[in-house]
Amino acid sequence: MANIMIRQGDKGLVFYLPKRDLEASIESIEFDSPEKWGGELKLDNGGAYYIDPMAKPERLPISLRAKRLGAAED
Amino acid sequence: MTTLSREETEALIAEVLEVYPEKAQKDRKKHLAVNDQSVEQSKKCITSNRKSLPGVMTIRGCAYAGSKGVVWGPIKDMIHISHGPVGCGQYSRAGRRNYYVGTTGINSFGTMNFTSDFQEKDIVFGGDKKLAKLIEEVEQLFPLHNGISVQSECPIGLIGDDIESVSKKGSAAIGKPIIPVRCEGFRGVSQSLGHHIANDAIRDWVLDKRDGQAYDSTPYDVAIIGDYNIGGDAWATRILLEEMGLRVVAQWSGDGTLAEMMNTPKVKLNLLHCYRSMNYISRHMEEKYGIPWMEYNFFGPTKIVESCRKIAAFFDDSVKEKTEAMIARYQPIMDAVIAKYKPRLQGKKVMLYVGGLRPRHVIGAYEDLGMEVIGTGYEFAHNDDYDRTIKEMGDATLLYDDVTGFELEEFVKRLKPDMVGSGIKEKYIFQKMGIPLRQMHSWDYSGPYHGYDGFAIFARDMDIALSNPTFKNLVPPWKKVEAEEVKKAA
Repeated sequence: MANIMIRQGDKGLVFYLPKRDLEASIESIEFDSPEKWGGELKLDNGGAYYIDPMAKPERLPISLRAKRLGAAED
Repeated sequence: MTTLSREETEALIAEVLEVYPEKAQKDRKKHLAVNDQSVEQSKKCITSNRKSLPGVMTIRGCAYAGSKGVVWGPIKDMIHISHGPVGCGQYSRAGRRNYYVGTTGINSFGTMNFTSDFQEKDIVFGGDKKLAKLIEEVEQLFPLHNGISVQSECPIGLIGDDIESVSKKGSAAIGKPIIPVRCEGFRGVSQSLGHHIANDAIRDWVLDKRDGQAYDSTPYDVAIIGDYNIGGDAWATRILLEEMGLRVVAQWSGDGTLAEMMNTPKVKLNLLHCYRSMNYISRHMEEKYGIPWMEYNFFGPTKIVESCRKIAAFFDDSVKEKTEAMIARYQPIMDAVIAKYKPRLQGKKVMLYVGGLRPRHVIGAYEDLGMEVIGTGYEFAHNDDYDRTIKEMGDATLLYDDVTGFELEEFVKRLKPDMVGSGIKEKYIFQKMGIPLRQMHSWDYSGPYHGYDGFAIFARDMDIALSNPTFKNLVPPWKKVEAEEVKKAA
């Protein structure tokens, strides 16, 4: 599990992992509706993370706990 | 010398790497790249923020340098204690030229060195008592200080001193904030982690101290984040923002104060100059206080105009009008500067190797003068910095991350730039090789370089360096004769 931050960028959502100073655009988010938001996040750097689905946050950025899926990317 | 093609640059990298043993070669290869503007993600071409290879000459600093030297040091009304042996603080004292207004030793302490001067007995028995004593003495000798930060040097982490508890007790005793910073030098691979640790310390110990307090805010409040006022940079920036109709509430951290930092959560927009060292706190404020942040670039008129318009877009029409008026007012002045220096500097080639934001930010300023940047590199960047650099640099130019002394020398020998922009450690090597060098860390005792006023000084300095007659006379007369004879014989 890792602390991550999701913020609204100019072109869609941006994923940020403070521990490793990793910034990447989110290419797809599994659930994206007002009631259910989250799930698997696919990043443009090839990585994938999972956040527990939740109600869509009212305001971004938001800090969350995420689980890495697959191998660590650079 | 003509610009190299992509293949030639790749061949150059391979050739330079040849001297290394196989393992080192493999490692260093990842840090050197030929720029390709079509690449969206830098990690596909360059690796960064990795441990330097043992045995090579690196120019990186440590976490303590990042925290005490960069982020905390310039806050002028606080006393920053270099907690540990005397050297770390003394040999880095006042080298960065963060200008400030105030009376040193009375209400400002920027150029002074405070240290707990660890001795063997402090390592053996712990230095907490010494720190408590030091806090007491500081309060007695410098009663007008507004706070203390304890910047840990390596031994503090190694012997496990509890600086947090001493700070809390001391803070209660003197009634001023004391901020322990765990920036021991051995943490991380470069000063970059020190910036992060310092940002986190600000977040935890400073930023929320005035939450909920009344504050007379205006819709035009902004903070300058990540401008260290080197040679007066932040001042040159501030006058422009004020002319745009904005109110600068805080300067982080050049010529800044603790109170300004505590007031920053009340601003409407954070203006981030040095992304590398202060993006952390900007991200935090965006999340906690909903303050948007944007990166701007105040090097060279083209980028200034671009940035000012981008900043103005966050505000109402009155700001936009004032911005346009300001741009129009400065345009003829800048045109005059460019008319004067461009003919002298046109077509000259520059290689850069610095840290923080400059390897990409100053490119625009050089281009305004008709100069070309043919190679650039960061000491301690992360991939997000290179993401931003790729677009700024020309195709097939050279990128080098945490370049070693040997590599940089070889690159300069082959690429033969007209000028190098780097630090003091590189300065005399290249000057002896007959290549002018401007120190781009502290502007070579000149500055400011930010803002419109700074650009005029920047242009003059580049001209001074390039037109210096010394570099034509580097070959002594007796060697010149020999060289000519060889030529004749051949």
